[in-house]
Amino acid sequence: MAIDNLTVKRIAFLSRLKIEDEKIEATKEEFNKILNWIEELNEIDTNSVEPLISVNDATLRMREDVVTSGNCLKDILKNAPSAEYDYFAVPKVVE
Amino acid sequence: MAEYIIETTKGKWEVVVGLEIHCQIISKSKIFSSASTEFGDDPNVNVSFVDAGMPGMLPTLNKECVHQAVKTGLGLNAKINKYSEFSRKNYFYADMPTDYQITQFRYPIVGEGEIFVDLSDGSTKKIGIERMHIEQDAGKSIHDLNPTKSYIDLNRAGVGLMEIVTKPDFRSPEEAGAFLRKLRSILRYLGTCDGNMDEGSMRCDVNVSVRPVGSDELRTRCEMKNVNSVKFVMQAIESEAKRHIEVYENGGTIEQETRQFDPTTGQSKVMRKKEFAHDYRYFPEPDLPPLVLTDEYIEAVKAEMIELPDAKKQRFIETMGLTPYDAMVLCENKENAEFFEKAAAGHDAKKVANWMMSDFFAMLNKKRLDITQSPVSAENLGRLVELISTEVISGKIAKDVFEIMSETGENPEKIVEEKGLKQVTDTGAIETIIDTVIASNPDNVTAYKNGKTNLAGWFVGQVIKMSQGKANPAIVNKLVREKLDK
Repeated sequence: MAIDNLTVKRIAFLSRLKIEDEKIEATKEEFNKILNWIEELNEIDTNSVEPLISVNDATLRMREDVVTSGNCLKDILKNAPSAEYDYFAVPKVVE
Repeated sequence: MAEYIIETTKGKWEVVVGLEIHCQIISKSKIFSSASTEFGDDPNVNVSFVDAGMPGMLPTLNKECVHQAVKTGLGLNAKINKYSEFSRKNYFYADMPTDYQITQFRYPIVGEGEIFVDLSDGSTKKIGIERMHIEQDAGKSIHDLNPTKSYIDLNRAGVGLMEIVTKPDFRSPEEAGAFLRKLRSILRYLGTCDGNMDEGSMRCDVNVSVRPVGSDELRTRCEMKNVNSVKFVMQAIESEAKRHIEVYENGGTIEQETRQFDPTTGQSKVMRKKEFAHDYRYFPEPDLPPLVLTDEYIEAVKAEMIELPDAKKQRFIETMGLTPYDAMVLCENKENAEFFEKAAAGHDAKKVANWMMSDFFAMLNKKRLDITQSPVSAENLGRLVELISTEVISGKIAKDVFEIMSETGENPEKIVEEKGLKQVTDTGAIETIIDTVIASNPDNVTAYKNGKTNLAGWFVGQVIKMSQGKANPAIVNKLVREKLDK
């Protein structure tokens, strides 16, 4: 499986990453190297192996339905580039 | 069942509709964090570091959200999946700090189910449920407080949602409306979602396509997002279907797109098309192992299930003698059904139902009260009906007594006693009044005897009036005729 320049651009857009035009070729090569490496796994016969869901076989831990956090407005907004009237303020997004 | 067919000069069309409904789970804390789910608080107070997407914070699943989802699944007569998984749905939007939504994709917690909807012609229709999964809600964007900025409130971010997806089984706006009302009723009975579409705790996406009558093809559908009332869902289906038909009949094609329904114009328009908007690149959520439920757990939830509206309606019809319509209306809302059962205990259930459906609901409407705030208690309504059944008071007096009850909340027995409203069934007393009325109206007596027999009704009225409404009408009727015919 090889990917082309267009796919690189598309992945960059979806990830909101800016990749300069002159770096696209190199990024494509890197992607393909990784994919080729992973494709080596296809050489192994996995017919009799159960699909692996997670590498740590921890079982799901659940919490009781109690309120123990919140009310930390100042801390929540501390890293916001802009906050007004206790809201995060972002460039206008209108659908 | 009444068919819904849109007929044009060129042909006949039917609609094919499926719904996706997001229902906020009732729980104290959020689905993956321990912040409060309270609605309407000051901005960003119910936000934990998990909800704010701070680096290194990990989600922990709320037990109660799972419990509520299983209950809801059982209420939808659906298969509960013992194995389900969480996935990340990736997209960027300012009200979602993690840039992905934790949801369920390939393995939802609830599988196929079905519910029955009641239609206006008295028939019922089965609507298939495709699946239901649990996920987290996003925050809220406020666009109208600042001309150049949007404000973000994350209080809603992380509140648990159940997304119910139906099969494309609806063939008319009415069926979709009936489904939403039935679903809301079931959720409220179960206490798993409050179903308030206007507050956004239940939100509906509508998928519409059309096809020529007689065809079984599935044509391209358009999705209308976040339609926020039953009425608007019905309008949206109608207007969207008409738009498709017009496009097809003019030789055009329908593009699969997401649209926004505007209730003020009754039209939908394309939401700004975001490039790659539908490439969510789902992958398994690495921070949450699969959710595995045991048979014992599912059985324990089953044991908690209460009687749902359909079963209750059936019981009201079969054992309490109600008409299907009365039973349906009384069962739509759990509080109404409970009030009715309490009021009807030991009394004439059919009469209690009649009182509730007429004077009682009219009184609540007029006073703008919820049934739980009713000044007339269920027990007292039952007592009032009993007073009529045992002929202590007439139906006419009962309306006056009810009027007093709705002002004072008093026991009707006490009102009847204190005001001396007991019906007069003593024939001697009634005869005295009749004699007085006959003696003072000789002209009408003559007219009656000359053939104007419908004057009997006038005499009955006069007698009852003179008794201040207390004379038993059946006895008055009988005696008036006897005396006039003598």
